[in-house]
Amino acid sequence: MSAAPTMPPKKTNRLGLEVIQYRGGKTTLCAGCGHNAITERLIEAYWEMGVRPWDVAKISGIGCSSKTPAYFLGQSHGFNAVHGRAPAVATGALLGNRRLKCVVVSGDGDTASIGIGQFMHMLRRNLPLIYIIENNGVYGLTKGQFSATADVGAKLKTGVINQFTPIDCCLMGIELGATLVARSFSGDKRQLSAILKAAIAHNGLSVIDVISPCTTFNDHEGSTKSYAYMKDHEEPLHEVDFVPFYEDIAVDYEEGAAWEVQLHDGSRLVLRKLDRDYDPTDRLGAVQALSASARSGEVLTGIMYLENERENFLEMLGVVDEPLATLPERMVRPTQEALARVMDEFR
Amino acid sequence: MQAHVGVPSTTTVEPATVSTNGAERRVVNDFSIQVATVNGSGSQTANSVLMRSIFQMGVPVSGKNLFPSNIAGLPTWFTIRANKDGFTGRKKEIDFLVAMNPETAREDVERLAPGCAVVYDEPLKSNQVRSDLHFYPVPFDKLVTPVCPEAKLRKLVRNMIYDGVVAHLLNIDLEEMRKALSKQFGERKKKAAELNWNAIVAGKEYAEKNLSKSDPFGIERMNQNAGKIIIDGNTAAALGCVFGGVTVLTWYPITPSSSLAEALMTYLEKLRKDPETGKGTYAVVQAEDELASIGMAIGAGWAGARAMTCTSGPGISLMSEFVGLGYYAEIPVVIIDVQRAGPSTGLPTRTTQGDLLANAVLSHGDTKHPILFPSSPEECFSMSAMAFELAEEFQTPIFVNTDLDLGMNNWMAEPFEYPTEPVRRGKVLTAEDLDRLGSFGRYRDVDGDGVTYRTLPGTAHPAAGYTTRGTGHNDNAAYSEREDDFMNNLDRLVRKFESLRLKLPAPEEFANGGARVGVVYCGTSRYAAEESRHQLATEYGIDVSLLRLKAYPYSPELDAFIDRHERVYVVDQNRDGQLVLLMRLELTPVRIGKLRSVRYYGGMPLDARTVTDEIVRQEGL
Repeated sequence: MSAAPTMPPKKTNRLGLEVIQYRGGKTTLCAGCGHNAITERLIEAYWEMGVRPWDVAKISGIGCSSKTPAYFLGQSHGFNAVHGRAPAVATGALLGNRRLKCVVVSGDGDTASIGIGQFMHMLRRNLPLIYIIENNGVYGLTKGQFSATADVGAKLKTGVINQFTPIDCCLMGIELGATLVARSFSGDKRQLSAILKAAIAHNGLSVIDVISPCTTFNDHEGSTKSYAYMKDHEEPLHEVDFVPFYEDIAVDYEEGAAWEVQLHDGSRLVLRKLDRDYDPTDRLGAVQALSASARSGEVLTGIMYLENERENFLEMLGVVDEPLATLPERMVRPTQEALARVMDEFR
Repeated sequence: MQAHVGVPSTTTVEPATVSTNGAERRVVNDFSIQVATVNGSGSQTANSVLMRSIFQMGVPVSGKNLFPSNIAGLPTWFTIRANKDGFTGRKKEIDFLVAMNPETAREDVERLAPGCAVVYDEPLKSNQVRSDLHFYPVPFDKLVTPVCPEAKLRKLVRNMIYDGVVAHLLNIDLEEMRKALSKQFGERKKKAAELNWNAIVAGKEYAEKNLSKSDPFGIERMNQNAGKIIIDGNTAAALGCVFGGVTVLTWYPITPSSSLAEALMTYLEKLRKDPETGKGTYAVVQAEDELASIGMAIGAGWAGARAMTCTSGPGISLMSEFVGLGYYAEIPVVIIDVQRAGPSTGLPTRTTQGDLLANAVLSHGDTKHPILFPSSPEECFSMSAMAFELAEEFQTPIFVNTDLDLGMNNWMAEPFEYPTEPVRRGKVLTAEDLDRLGSFGRYRDVDGDGVTYRTLPGTAHPAAGYTTRGTGHNDNAAYSEREDDFMNNLDRLVRKFESLRLKLPAPEEFANGGARVGVVYCGTSRYAAEESRHQLATEYGIDVSLLRLKAYPYSPELDAFIDRHERVYVVDQNRDGQLVLLMRLELTPVRIGKLRSVRYYGGMPLDARTVTDEIVRQEGL
C-alpha cells in the first residue's frame, strides 16, 4: 500500500475560516422544516461573504423561527428575547455597538401579529440590519393556529378556513421605509443565497420574507404555504446574482436584460430579467407588482425594492464611531468643572 | 436639603409670635403662599420668581405645582412654603392666597382658616365671600394695560403684577426679585425681562399706594441658603445619569417622567459631545411605546452600553415582561420610575409611592428587583449614577423610584458632589481574558457571589459568543429544560440578590436614644416624617426615632432598628402599605408584630400633620 492519500486542502473563505466555523448547534425543528433550509443558506452566505462570526449579533423573538439563531454562527452572540420584540432588542444592541452586524430571525406570528408595532417602527427607522421572516402562515410551537400572513381561503389541518386579509410584510416594508425588500422561498437555494448576500452587503434595513413551509402543520392540501403550492405558484421576478466587492468577476449578462446595482461596499447586485422590465428602485412599481401578484394568486419572489442612498438610523443619530458600549470613562463622564458650571446655573 | 430634624435651627429671626391681638401678631418666615391660576396662563415664571426671591433672602423654601392633566384652561395651584426651621415639605394649611382664577376663587377662599391673607383680582369680589380674612383687591387688567401695550402678551405679563403686590405685602426685597427675574430670562431675553420687571414694579407701586397691610405674615432675611441651589428632582436625576456615564437612553413620553428624559437630552447635548467630531458619546431614542423603550434599553445593556429608560406607573406595567427577561437573562439596565397615582391611568399629575411592590417583583414567575429610593435632588443625582454601577456589577435591572413631588417640584439642595469612584463595568471578559481562560460559562458562579461573567457581543474571540435567552438555560447558556439546571439558576439568582443587598446604600437614622417608638419610611416621606418628629416632640412630648430606607432589598439595619423599639410605624404613600408589605415578606414574626402602618394615598405630597395625627391616634395619645 502506498502512503495515506493526501487530503484535499480544506475549503476556506477569505478570512481563512472553514464553513464549520459558521455552523451552530443541532436543529431541534421538525425534519424537512423550511426554516432549516434558511439556516443552511445563512451559514453559506456569512461564510462566503467572509464575515467574522464574532461581529454578528443574532436576535430573535419567540417561535420556531426564533429558535434558529442557535443553529448557525455558534461563535456569534445571540439573543432569544421575548415574543414579537426582537426589533427593540436589535435596535438597542446596535445603539450599544454600532459595529455589530445584526441579523434578526423572526416568524410570521412574531412579526405580523404580536410584534407588528415594533416591526413597523423598525421599518421607519431604516435600522441597518437583516430582518428575516420565516413565513409559514401558522403558529407551529402552539400546534398550528393561523397567523396573520395566512391567505384568504387557506385551510388548516383541522379544516378551519382563514377569512381574513393577509398582511404582506414586503408591501409594508416598502411603504414604511425598509431599503432592501425581498421575498423568497426556502426551497430556492440559489435565489435565497444571492438575496442574503446582497442583504449582508446592504447598508440599511433588509426585510426578507421567506415562504418556509411548515411540514407538520401547514403542508397539506388547501394550504397556501405548502411545498406543493409554492412549486406551482412561485413566480420569480428575475434571477438574482450577487457579486461580492472582493471578487472581480465579469458577470455574464446581456445588456438591457439585466439590472446591475452597486451596493455601498462595492458589491454588485445583478437582477436578470425574466419576462418584464422590473426596476427594483421604483417604489410605486414594486407596490404594483406585489399587489398584482397577490390578486393573481402568484407568489412573486426576488428583490422587490432597493434604495441605496438613504442614511440608516445610526448615521442619523450623530453618534461617535466607536461602540458606545466600550467608551472609556473620560468620554462618558464630564469633568468636575463641567458639574460646577451646571450647579452655578441653579444657584 | 437637610431639614433640621426635631431641633429648630438657631437663627437671627425671632420665632413666630402668635397673639390673638390681630395687628400685633407677626408670623415671620413660617407660612405658605398659594397662587391659584389657570393652566397655561404663564404663571410659572411669576411663581418661580416669587419663590426664588424668598430663597435669595436666605429663607428655606420649596415650591410645589399642583396641576391638572390638561394643556390649558383648567385650574392650577402653586404653593410656596417658607419655613425658617427648614421644614419645606407640604403643609396642608394655606396662609396667604393669591386668587387669580375666577373658577376656583370662591372655593379657594372658603378653604382658608380665619386670619389668612388674600390678594385677589378685583372683579372676583372675593371680599364678599367672608369677613374673617385680610383682603387685598388688585385691578390686574387696569394695571397691565399701561405696562404691556401689546395686547396678546397681557395674559402672560398680568401674572407678574402679583409678584410686585406680594413683595410689598410680605416685605420681599424688590432687588432680589429683579435678580430672580434676570436669572429666569437670562441674557438673551432682556426685552421680555424688562416687560415683566415693569409689571412687578406696577404691582409694587399699586400696593404701596392703595393697600394697607393688616395680615401678620412677612419675610425677613436669614442666612440658611448659602451655596444652595434650587432644582427639580427630574433634572437632578438626569444630571446623575450624565455624570454616571449613561450611553443609551430609550424612552416613551409619560407624565411625570418626560421632563427627566428631556433634561437628560439637554445635558447630553451640552456635556457629552466629542469636541473634535461634534458627535455624541450617547444615543437617545424616543421609542414607539414602553415595550420598545425597555426592549431597546435591554438590547443596549446586553451589548454593553450603560442603558436606561425612565417612565411612570402605566409604563412599568407595560415593561413587565421585558423586566423579567432582564432579570432571568441577567442584563444590566436602569429604570427610573417617577411614580404617579395609579391604579390604571389614575391621577397622572399627582404623586404617590404606588409602584414599590410592583417594581420589587415585576414580571411573571419568581422575580426580585432592587429599588433605590432617592429622597432629595442630591440623591436623585447620586442614586441615578449609582444605579448604573449596581446594574453592571450585578447584571440585572435596577429601579430608581422617585415620585412626581420630587421629580417635578422645586427643591433646595446642596450642589451635587462629583462622583469619586471610577466607572466600573462589572464582570466582563475581554478577548485577552478568553485567550488566558480558553472558555467560560456565562452563568457559572465562579466567585460564589451569584454574579457570573459575561462577554459583550462583538468581542473578537471564537469563544466569546453564546446565546442569551429567556428560555431555560444551563451554566453555559445552552437551552435546558432540566429541573436541576432550572433550580440551580433560580437559586443562584437569590444568592446574587443577597450579595447585592449588602452593596446597597445603608439607611439614614435619626435617634436620640431611649425612644420606644420608631418611624420607618422612604423617599419623599422624609419631609413629613422629619417634621412630624418635631411635632410629636413639641406638641405631645414624645420622642420618636427615624429610619429612612434608601433601598430595597432592605438593609440589615432595619432589623436592628425594629429590635430597639417597641413599635415601629412604617409610612407609606400608597393605600396598601407597600413598604410595610415588603417587610412582612421577609422579616421574622416577632419583628412583623411590632410594625404599624401609616398610609396616605390622596395624591398630594405627604404632609407632617397627617403622619402626626395617625401616630397619635394609634398610640392613643
